[in-house]
Amino acid sequence: MNSASEVKATSPLTYGLGLILAAGGLMGLFLVANARDGAIALHGYLFVAFCTLGVFWMIKRHYDGADPIAREEGGVLYNDGVVRAGCIASLFWGIVGFLAGLVIALQLAYPALNLDLPWTNFGRLRPVHTSAVIFAFGGNVLLATSFHVVQRTCKARLAGDWAPWFVFWGYQLFIVMAASGYVLGVTQSKEYAEPEWYVDLWLTIVWVVYLLVFLGTLMKRREPHIYVANWFYLAFIVTIAMLHIVNNLALPVSLTGAKSYQLFAGVQDALTQWWYGHNAVGFFLTAGFLGIMYYFVPKQANRPVYSYRLSIVHFWSLIFLYIWAGPHHLHYTALPDWAQTLGMTFSIMLWMPSWGGMINGLMTLSGAWDKLRTDPVLRMLAVSVAFYGMSTFEGPVMSIKAVNSLSHYTDWTVGHVHSGALGWVGFVSFGAIYYLVPKLWHRTRLYSVNLVSLHFWVATIGIVLYITAMWVSGILQGLMWRAYDSLGFLEFSFVETVEAMHPFYVIRALGGALYLLGALIMVYNCWRTIRGDLKEEKVAGLPAAAPQPAAAAQ
Amino acid sequence: MTPDSTYEKVAEFAATYGLLYLMVLFAGVLVYAFWPKNKKKFEEAARRPLEED
Repeated sequence: MNSASEVKATSPLTYGLGLILAAGGLMGLFLVANARDGAIALHGYLFVAFCTLGVFWMIKRHYDGADPIAREEGGVLYNDGVVRAGCIASLFWGIVGFLAGLVIALQLAYPALNLDLPWTNFGRLRPVHTSAVIFAFGGNVLLATSFHVVQRTCKARLAGDWAPWFVFWGYQLFIVMAASGYVLGVTQSKEYAEPEWYVDLWLTIVWVVYLLVFLGTLMKRREPHIYVANWFYLAFIVTIAMLHIVNNLALPVSLTGAKSYQLFAGVQDALTQWWYGHNAVGFFLTAGFLGIMYYFVPKQANRPVYSYRLSIVHFWSLIFLYIWAGPHHLHYTALPDWAQTLGMTFSIMLWMPSWGGMINGLMTLSGAWDKLRTDPVLRMLAVSVAFYGMSTFEGPVMSIKAVNSLSHYTDWTVGHVHSGALGWVGFVSFGAIYYLVPKLWHRTRLYSVNLVSLHFWVATIGIVLYITAMWVSGILQGLMWRAYDSLGFLEFSFVETVEAMHPFYVIRALGGALYLLGALIMVYNCWRTIRGDLKEEKVAGLPAAAPQPAAAAQ
Repeated sequence: MTPDSTYEKVAEFAATYGLLYLMVLFAGVLVYAFWPKNKKKFEEAARRPLEED
């Protein structure tokens, strides 16, 4: 099953892919020739380039040997190439996304930075930031880790020969089309679902292949039971497919133009959007990353998960509750009152599985707490789980209608999202990347463990600055909006609230700058590790770095 | 709105059978997680990430 012959075989399916790529290239040319706007012409060119490069890649691959770095482990030749590519893409898109976030944070503090150009204004750069961090950075981390975890825990090579690579490169094409569209003003104005209809269709194709690769690998497994991390990954893949298709149901104005109209209207559209939007948080940023937690925390701590039974209860209760929590985004709107209350109730019930999961992750360290002192990668993973607990406590509080009437539309929401995004999603991803890079490039360890520690502290201080600034700013904003004088008039004009928030916007930008700096340290560290360099260093808490005979001889 | 409108029916169905469905589901999950025969399987599964390499 997993022999080298399987790796290098030109099957009829491969010729089929070649034909599909050729047809895709022609379709791209058709789009370019008949384009009704500049954006779709650009995307037509991108599509032609993608298909042409794809055909070249297939021909080259036919004559090339197998992956030169690949090594057989325990009788299985794992497909690590696509996981390595996913790690590099994560590092690249992470920097892009964090930088875009810093730029728009500075734009809020200093509006002159909008530059008075359509392409650089806040409205267009904000989706570049959100999509880059969630879908480009987070998505690539999930692609890489899910492909790694499913292979190792199933003891089977990734299903498909070209299919994993199609998923990887197809996903990068989706990101580039989405981001370039935003800058040119192409959007369907749905939060976290801004890409227009043709980009959505492309993502659907890529995602179905992703699902097939994942399922195919699970079916090849040599273990009777599917390890729990894979359940979380599978729930993430299946649910995102469902959410993506339903929320993006739209009718294009023309088959060669970017503009489309939503199938739903009014409150139905709003509810569909927030059913999608909240489950993007629940299944993309939570379930997927819990898959990371359930594999990489035990791996880094070298302990089995605290309670496997708890992980099962955690999984099923999380996925069956999350899907109903979306209406809390629509409190005090045209949505029926009972549906709002339902959303709030399910959000509060989510406390249980969320905290069950957090306890399960943290208690995995029991008996190994001392490692937190010596292993900054494990420290990063542990702090990410702590942030998961914190933001999943804060979220249900904010979903309570009375609290929401103060917090909604204010910076408190922004602060809440970022404690989850920077603390939980970011840190658990960094931990996984720090584990994967030396492993996939066969290095004994990272280039420098002290740089990981530095990254940890710089980024943690950045997060603390960010979320505290947004708490103060958000509550200040909410209180100013609802302040009345003795005659019943509003006490503050809107622009006065904007002025009051300026210092906090500056602090937030500083926090974001620190977080970006931390990520740059990580990129440097990973780059040196991939090159094969090892820094001689004394790691805090350890007597001396072990694998260096020169240091030991002194 | 009359009590037998579609809206009322949907809302009532969600408030009654929805509860039942989630309770039964949760009970099923607990039974599966704590079924004595599954204990060994889960203990082995928990060690899976530590076995390789």
